[in-house]
Amino acid sequence: MADATMADATTTDATTADATPVRSVGRPSLKRDTRSGTRRTVGFVLLHVVMIIGALLMFFPFLWTIITSISPGAGLTLAPALFPDNPSLAAYLQLFTERPFGQVMVNSLLLAVITTVVQLFTSATAGYAFSRLPFRGQGVVFAIYLATMMIPLQVLIVPLFSELKAFGLLNTYLGALLPTFATAFGIFLLRQAINQVPRELDEAATIDGAGHFRIFWTIILPNIRPALATLVVFAFMGSWNSFLWPLVVLRSPELQTLPVALAGLVGQYTTQWDVVMAGSVVSVLPMLALYIFAQKYIIQGVASSGIK
Amino acid sequence: MTTIPAVLPAVDEVVQPNAPRPSARRGRSRRARVTYALTVLAFILPSAIPLAMFTLGPMVAAAWVSLHEWNLLAPMTWVGLDNYRSLLADPRTGDVFLHTIYYIAGYLPLVYIGGLTLALALNTALKGRSLLRGVYFLPVITSWIVVALVWRWLLNPSNGIVNTVLEAFGIAGPGWWSDPAWAMPSIILASAWKDIGFVMVILLAGLQAINQDLYDAAKVDGAGWWRRLVSVTLPLLSPSTFFVVVISLINGFQVFDQVYAMTGGGPGGASQVVVQQIYDLTFRYGKAGEASALSWLLFAVVLFVTVIQIRGQKRWVNYG
Repeated sequence: MADATMADATTTDATTADATPVRSVGRPSLKRDTRSGTRRTVGFVLLHVVMIIGALLMFFPFLWTIITSISPGAGLTLAPALFPDNPSLAAYLQLFTERPFGQVMVNSLLLAVITTVVQLFTSATAGYAFSRLPFRGQGVVFAIYLATMMIPLQVLIVPLFSELKAFGLLNTYLGALLPTFATAFGIFLLRQAINQVPRELDEAATIDGAGHFRIFWTIILPNIRPALATLVVFAFMGSWNSFLWPLVVLRSPELQTLPVALAGLVGQYTTQWDVVMAGSVVSVLPMLALYIFAQKYIIQGVASSGIK
Repeated sequence: MTTIPAVLPAVDEVVQPNAPRPSARRGRSRRARVTYALTVLAFILPSAIPLAMFTLGPMVAAAWVSLHEWNLLAPMTWVGLDNYRSLLADPRTGDVFLHTIYYIAGYLPLVYIGGLTLALALNTALKGRSLLRGVYFLPVITSWIVVALVWRWLLNPSNGIVNTVLEAFGIAGPGWWSDPAWAMPSIILASAWKDIGFVMVILLAGLQAINQDLYDAAKVDGAGWWRRLVSVTLPLLSPSTFFVVVISLINGFQVFDQVYAMTGGGPGGASQVVVQQIYDLTFRYGKAGEASALSWLLFAVVLFVTVIQIRGQKRWVNYG
């Protein structure tokens, strides 16, 4: 019995997530049971091969997008060569000189940054209230908050449109921004994260004379950094990629955001696929940079905010 | 006093498994109570005001609009429940709901099984798994408009890469988005491809939270890989699975961007979904009243499906 546990210790080592780098692969002589070790190594190599092929399939459309964007005159009639004959950045130049993509990106960036900052604030404060400030009817209020997550934006488009029309906010950034200021998703995420912060920390701070605002700022926020990073990515992504509401509320071309402008390119430039694809690449890059920056926090963040 | 509302006990169970019990505050002075109430308001109003004004308010207003005939320009005319009657009598209403359910039925198993497989694979000591996680998450962060463009192009019936490859194997590829029978499968394929990384990240987080000792114990008992998956992993992963299913269904009923960009609901209305119909009714046909009524039908369905799931979770979701 004890022997079996010992023998299995190596197995666990190699397959346990994250904790252990792959030491044993390629050194089967170190293992006690060489035959099962070889079998495991073969399976392991196979897994790598499958995962890499899968990753290529995931990456393929992007590779294709990039190649097309630097192949002038590429059309639907010809699949682009892996290495185009005369690669050129003409499509990108056209986007930023003949088309207002510089302006469009600034617009989208502005909206995404404001949305993200405000959502961080509204989600963290509400999360704190629901986690740390018991009050009468709290459960009902939270249930109503959750129900808003079940209402599709499309359901709200018509009345929201008239509401903002009444406020005179159609075709303004404030009109585009206001409905994005608080989301049940963000509140839910941060509330769960705050629930995981040990209450002993608050109690210690209370004994030291700290009030709720100080506990929130100096104890809670530093302890939920992974969840905050997760929310930054999701909030930014939601705004950066949002299509329907900006399409409806922002009618002037100079206020247009990236997804709307991209969709517009297809109508006008059906044959200029290099321009369309250059637009696609340009729209993905800022989001990709943000994700890479936050990647290690995302997995950690979702885990700590307890889906369980 | 209790925090658990009588209305939605199950919801509360999901979201606050270890919620704080309000402490008895009877003994406090009046001044302390006022200060506390002001503190609560200070923390809750920043989110309550925008949610009430721009989510709950419009929701109530949509119900009011749904009782009128309105083209967004001329004043509204009261028609009572006529919009609902004509929607229920219109065969297209059933069609758009059926198309939406078709989408969900194809999309959900694909994205869940794909995401689970990825999560299981990337939860091993795979070399370069950070990079792989990044690549698999890449489509999630990409705008639907971009993904739709790329996929429309890949699935081009005459010269798209997919049909070109199929042809090399002697298979005549289908018409994809240009064929009424293949339009929805095309949308499902692109959607699953895009969202698989999102499911992966959530399930990966769930997997990492599982206590490793349980696997060791199962191994000691002689459980093989499959047995460990079925008896340890899947039950302990059920809260994450529940989350994925609830979110995917809520999003699935709202499918719009990919349809709008890939087929526009065509060809011949073959891929027309509920939200596309709401959009068309409002902005193409100037029937805001009917669109609001359809919105409320959709909301009722989503709410119903979500409540069923919350009620049913006790049977299979395992909260540790």
